[in-house]
Parts: sequence; C-alpha cells; structure tokens
Amino acid sequence: MDAAFFRAWITETAAVIGERRDYLTRLDAAIGDADHGANLARGFGAVTGALAGQETPTPGAVLKLTGVTLISTVGGASGPLYGTAFRRAARSLGDETDAGLPALAAALQAALEGVRKLGEASEGDKTMVDALAPAVDALARAVDDGASEAAALDALVAAADAGAEATTDMKALKGRASYLGDRSVGHTDPGAASTALILRALRDVAARHDTVR
Amino acid sequence: MTALVGIVLVSHSAALAEGAAELAGQVGAGAVIAAAGGTGDGRLGTSAEKVSAAVERASAGAGVLIIPDLGSAVLTVKVLLADLEDDDDAPGPVEVADAPFVEGAVAAAVTAAAGAPLPAVRAAAEEARDARKL
Repeated sequence: MDAAFFRAWITETAAVIGERRDYLTRLDAAIGDADHGANLARGFGAVTGALAGQETPTPGAVLKLTGVTLISTVGGASGPLYGTAFRRAARSLGDETDAGLPALAAALQAALEGVRKLGEASEGDKTMVDALAPAVDALARAVDDGASEAAALDALVAAADAGAEATTDMKALKGRASYLGDRSVGHTDPGAASTALILRALRDVAARHDTVR
Repeated sequence: MTALVGIVLVSHSAALAEGAAELAGQVGAGAVIAAAGGTGDGRLGTSAEKVSAAVERASAGAGVLIIPDLGSAVLTVKVLLADLEDDDDAPGPVEVADAPFVEGAVAAAVTAAAGAPLPAVRAAAEEARDARKL
C-alpha cells in the first residue's frame, strides 16, 4: 500500500463522510450537539484540498497532512481526536514508501493509543474507541494468522461495525453525551459510527485496487 | 516590573470566552487575558489557530495558563500543549488548568495580576473548584 493508495483511502473517506453527513449529524443530534457530520465533512473536505495542493510522497506524509488539517479545521472534539489518530499512524509508518499489512496494523494500533491517551476513554465508555479497539485487535489477529489482505481488512471492518453497533446499548461515560447519563442509552455513538465508516473506506479502496491489479 | 503570567480562556462560544475575560479582567485588573472562543468561521466549537494566537498574545515571558471550558476545547488545548513540548520556539511555559471556567478565570486573573508565578496562578484556578457559593 503506497502513498497513492493512502491518498485514495482519504479521498474515499471524504466522499463517504460527505454522503453520510446527515446520518452522522442525526446520531449526534440524539446525544450530542448535532455537529459531528458537518464538522467531519468540513474537515475531510479541507483534507482533500490539502492533499491536492501538496506533495505527499509517502503513506506517512499523507496521514500526517490529514491529521494536521483535521486538527485545524474540524472545530469539534473529533478534530483533535481523529487528528491525533492520523498523526500517530503517520509517525508509526515513518518514511516507509510501501506499507504492508503488519505496518498498517501497527499504525492503527498507534492511532488507537493516541486516541485513548488524549480522550482518556476506555472500551465501554461509548466513544470511537469502542469501534477502533476491536478493529485494531481483529486486524492484528488476522496478520498473526497470515490472512490475505482482503480477509484481514474484512475482519477489520466487521469488528469496527460490530463495535460501533454495540455502543447503542452503552451509557456514555465520556464526551458531551455523558451529560445525558442514562438517556444516552439506545443511541449509537456518532464517533464510533464515523470510525467504522473510515475503516470501511480503507477496505473498499483496497478491494477496488485488487480488482484493478 | 516583572512580567505577568498570561491567561487564555478557551470556550466553545466566542461570547462566553470574551465575557469571562471581561469579568476576570475587572476583578483582576492589570492581568493579561486573551479570549479564544468559537471557530474561525464564527460557529460554536474550538479553533486551534485562535488558541495558538491567544497564547502568543498573552505571553509576556512569565508563562501562560490556559483555561478551557469542555470537550473539544480541552482536547484541542491538550494537543497544542503536546506540540509545544516538541517546539523549540515555544513561548515559555504553557500549562492547562483543570478548573471551572468562570470561577477559575477570576481566581487566576486576581492571582496573576498580583505578579504570582505560573504554578500559583494555576493552583488558584484549580482551587476555585472547591469554593462554595452557598
């Protein structure tokens, strides 16, 4: 997976977030401040512009520019959180020009650790960690088992989707939704939902590359 | 005259940040207070650029105390502080206070205006949490 692949992932993410903007905003309207869809759409829109205007010769450079741009343009908590996630992943990838599955797994693990530390959230708090953590675990297991790229990324997406879905029954312990207490139960966490969309975009871009190859 | 500790108030709302700065500046006359409220395009939220600019405005050499309100304000400030640690051109020590927004701002302003050092200004802001009103 080279820089072009990572640019395609981020571009696909921007498109998907744009399409699902109202869905994310609806989730956030139920338990937050109804700006998650609009904030992320603005942020990834700015990222697409930045990627078009700057040289990003490595996967790490693509993700670093993504993270830096999200931090400065989103305006909500997802900005510093996703910004940190992408910047940590970028640092993990270093100057590598072609990242294999193990490097991707390590980068997503670094992203998870960055989000956990910044947000001080654990699994079960009804946050993006509830989608990201099981996804990272599933990918690491698939890599250990020697799974193909397609199977490993399918496992990543399945775990992220299940993790996001599981937040519906949780009571929020972090973020704006935590002010709602028990009333946050019964609604899917918007951050977990957008995390699942971002990881799905990664899988979809990889699947498309495979058919082109 | 020794330099004063600067105070930066970060709120989701520009009106809230500016109002708290006005109130704190009245009680702590002479304190250097910079407000960073809302997003760059005037919505509720946090702008990393506004926070960075406010830190520069408030910095006079004795350090800066940042007081955020909630959520993205806190997270944005934490990311900014982590970046400043890696930055050789950082404007002296910058710390964040875990404090109630208005009460913390007032307590910090009074303490900073008296010429107290950064740890004392931060402690004053954080102790405001325990000050009972009734």
